[in-house]
Amino acid sequence: MTGPDRTLFICQGTGCVSSKSPEIRAALQDEVDRLGFSKHVSIKLTGCHGFCQQGPIVVVEPEGTFYSQVKIEDAPEIVESHLQNNQQVERLFYKDPVTGEAIPCYRDIPFYSRQERNILRNCGNISPEEIDDYIAAGGYQAIKKVLLEMEPEQIVEEIKRSGLRGRGGGGFSTGTKWEFCFKADSDEKYVICNADEGDPGAFMDRSLLEADPHALLEGMSIAGYTIGANIGYIYVRAEYPLAVKRLRTAIAQARERGYLGENILEQGFHFDVEVFLGAGAFVCGEETALIASIEGRRGMPRHRPPFPAQSGLRGKPTLLNNVKTYTYVPIIINRGADWFAGIGTEKSSGTAVFALTGKVANCGLIEVPMGITMREIIYEIGGGIPDGKEFKAVQTGGPSGGCLPASHLDNPIDYDSLNAAGSIMGSGGMVVMDETTCMVDIARYFLDFTQKETCGECIPCRLGTKQMLDILVDITEGKGKPEDVDLLVDMGEAIKKGALCGLGQTAPNPVLTTIRYFRDEYEAHINDKQCPALVCKALISYRIDPDKCKGCMICVKSCPVDAIAGEKKQAHVVNQSKCIRCGMRTSSQDPVSTEFVHFPEQVRAQGQFLHPPDVP
Amino acid sequence: MADRLDAIFSSYEKRGDKLIPILQDVQEEFGYLPEEAMMAIAKAIGVPESRVYAVASFYAQFRFTPMGRNHVMVCRGTACHVRGAARILEEAERHLDIKEGETTEDLEYTLETVACIGCCGLAPTIVINDTTYGRLTPKDIGKIFDERKETKE
Repeated sequence: MTGPDRTLFICQGTGCVSSKSPEIRAALQDEVDRLGFSKHVSIKLTGCHGFCQQGPIVVVEPEGTFYSQVKIEDAPEIVESHLQNNQQVERLFYKDPVTGEAIPCYRDIPFYSRQERNILRNCGNISPEEIDDYIAAGGYQAIKKVLLEMEPEQIVEEIKRSGLRGRGGGGFSTGTKWEFCFKADSDEKYVICNADEGDPGAFMDRSLLEADPHALLEGMSIAGYTIGANIGYIYVRAEYPLAVKRLRTAIAQARERGYLGENILEQGFHFDVEVFLGAGAFVCGEETALIASIEGRRGMPRHRPPFPAQSGLRGKPTLLNNVKTYTYVPIIINRGADWFAGIGTEKSSGTAVFALTGKVANCGLIEVPMGITMREIIYEIGGGIPDGKEFKAVQTGGPSGGCLPASHLDNPIDYDSLNAAGSIMGSGGMVVMDETTCMVDIARYFLDFTQKETCGECIPCRLGTKQMLDILVDITEGKGKPEDVDLLVDMGEAIKKGALCGLGQTAPNPVLTTIRYFRDEYEAHINDKQCPALVCKALISYRIDPDKCKGCMICVKSCPVDAIAGEKKQAHVVNQSKCIRCGMRTSSQDPVSTEFVHFPEQVRAQGQFLHPPDVP
Repeated sequence: MADRLDAIFSSYEKRGDKLIPILQDVQEEFGYLPEEAMMAIAKAIGVPESRVYAVASFYAQFRFTPMGRNHVMVCRGTACHVRGAARILEEAERHLDIKEGETTEDLEYTLETVACIGCCGLAPTIVINDTTYGRLTPKDIGKIFDERKETKE
C-alpha cells in the first residue's frame, strides 16, 4: 500500500442505504482484508453526507476524495487503484452540473464549499453508532460545561442572547420558551423533542437523527437541566426505522457512559430519554396534538393558552422543541451566544438547515447562514435547474408554506421575509419547481394532503379545505369558473382566521401564494382550458406528427394500454379514447420534456420524431 | 391469540397512555388489529373499547384488515410529486390491478401511498417491504414487479 493511513467514510443514511451502501461497505472491507491493508485502512459508516443526489457516497480521508454514485463493482478499483497505487479513481469523481468539470475533493465542490455547516458538522464525518466518535469530535462537552459551571438562569440568558428561534416552523424565541418553562412552578416537568417530521419533501430531522443522534440527546439533557426536568421524550415518526434504531443505540450508549440516567457526570442531575413512535398523523407535528398522542389519545390539537410551557404533558409544564433546535444548543453553549448571534441576520440569527429537492441539479441537505438569497441556494449550491429548463418557483415550509416566484430569488431568506412573501420558513423543506410544474396542480396537491391529514376537529379546516380542494380539482379538470379564483382567496383568508391550530391556519398558504404569484396559470386553466405546464391530464392530449413518424413501432410496444395503432413504416395514430396520458418516462432524468411521451429514450434522443401534445 | 397478547401486555404498565405502543406491538404481531385483540387491549389497560377504536382509527398506521405479504408504499412527497409520483402510482395500480389502499385477492400485495419517506434526493421513490427503489420511471415499475415474480418462481 502507498500513501498515508486512510479512513473511508461510507454514507449510510436512508437515501444511500436504499442505493445499497451497506453492500458497498462490505465489498470495500473484503477488498481491504484481501489485500492485507486492514492495519492502515479503516472503513467507517456515517450518517447522511447531505449530497443525496450523488449517493452512494464514499469519502477517502485524509485527501478528502469524494466518490459519487459508487456501485458495488467499483469497490476493487477504489481499493486497488487509490489505496494500493495512490491513483484516485477519476471516473467516480463528482462532475459539476454547470461546468462539467470533475472535482476530486469534496471541500472544493460548490455544494459543500458554499455552506456553513454547524449542526451538520458531524454528518458524514463520524459514525452515528459510536459514542466515542461523537466525544472525539467535541461531543458532551457542553453538558459538562453547564453542569459544572452554569446555573439554569445563565443558560436561559445565553440561549436568549444567541437569538435562536424555533427551527420547527413557528420561529418562536427558544430562549423565551425555555424561560417560561424554567419559571413555571411544578414538582414535575418534561422535555419533548418533536421529531414528527411530516412535511412532504423534508428530511432534515431524519438525517440529523441518523447522522448525529448524540447531539440531540446532549441538547435535550441541557434543556432538562435548565428547566428542571428529569424525563425527555423523543416523538419520532414510525416511518423512520433507521433513525429510531440509531436513536435507541445512542441512548443505550449514553446511559452506559453516564451521560443519561441517574446522577449524570456525578453532578446530582438525573435525566433520561424515551423514544415514542408516532403512528402516522401529520397533525401530531402540532405541539398540543403531539402531547395528546403521547398520552395515548387521538392526536387532536386543543386551544392555547394554556401553552405547553405552563400545562403540557399530563398537565405539567413541558418544553417542546424541534430536533434542530435542540441540536443547536450544545454548539451554542460551546462556542458562545455571540458567535451564533453574529451569523445570519439581526432578527434571524445563526444558520438554517434546508432539504433542497425537486427540479434542482444538486439535491440534498444543506446548512446556510440566514439571510442568504434563494438564488445563491438554488444556483450556486444547488447547481441550477437541470436539463436546461426554466426556474418557476420554490416552495418552502411544506403544506403550510407557499410558492415563491423568480422575482423573489434575490430576497434574503429569514423568518420575517418569508412571512412577508406569504410563505413560512417552516421546518426547512425547499422544493424547486421548473416550467414543467403546474402551479394549480401543486396547490391541489397540497390541499389534497391537508384534506387527508385534517384531524376533523374544527370546521374551517375540515370543511373549508374540502371545499377549496373541490374547486381546485374542478379547475385542473377544465371545469373551473371565472369566479373560482376570488372564491378561493376569500375562503383561504377565512380559514386562516378561523382554524384552531397551525395546520389549519396555514393550510391555505399554498393556494393563496400560487394565486398571488401565478394567477395567469389559474386563468389559463379556467378561461382557455389549458395547462401551460402540460401536467393536468384532462387538459392535454398526445398525438403523433405524421410527417415525422417513421413507423418504427417502438411506441406501439411501450404503450401500456395499446392506444397506439399503425403498421410498420407507416405513420402511427394515438387513439384518444384509450390513451391514459401515462407520460411514460417523464422523470427528472428524462432528457426531453413530456412532449415526447410514449417514445423510448433512444429514439427521442436521435431527434427523429417530434410528437408535440395537442392542447385542445 | 390470548397468549400472544398476554406476552405483549406483560411488557407494559397497564395504563391508558401505553395504548399507542401496545397497538403498535399488536399490529406488528398480527399484521393488523383483529377486533378480538382490540377488546382484549381495552380490558387489559382499563379503558373503554370505544377509546381503543377511536385511537386506532385516528392514526394512519393502524389497519383493521389483514395486509398482503408484501407492502408497497408509493411516496407522494412534494419532491416525488414534482418528479412524477402520480404516474408511478398509476403504473403500480395498473400492474397490481388494485387501487391505492387495497390488497390483492391472493394477499400478495398491499398498495399504499405515504406522505414522504424522506429520500427526496432519489425521487420518485417506492418502498416494497424494506427495500427502497429510487429515481424511478413508470417503466421501471413493471420491471420491479416482474423481477420480484421471477425470483419468487
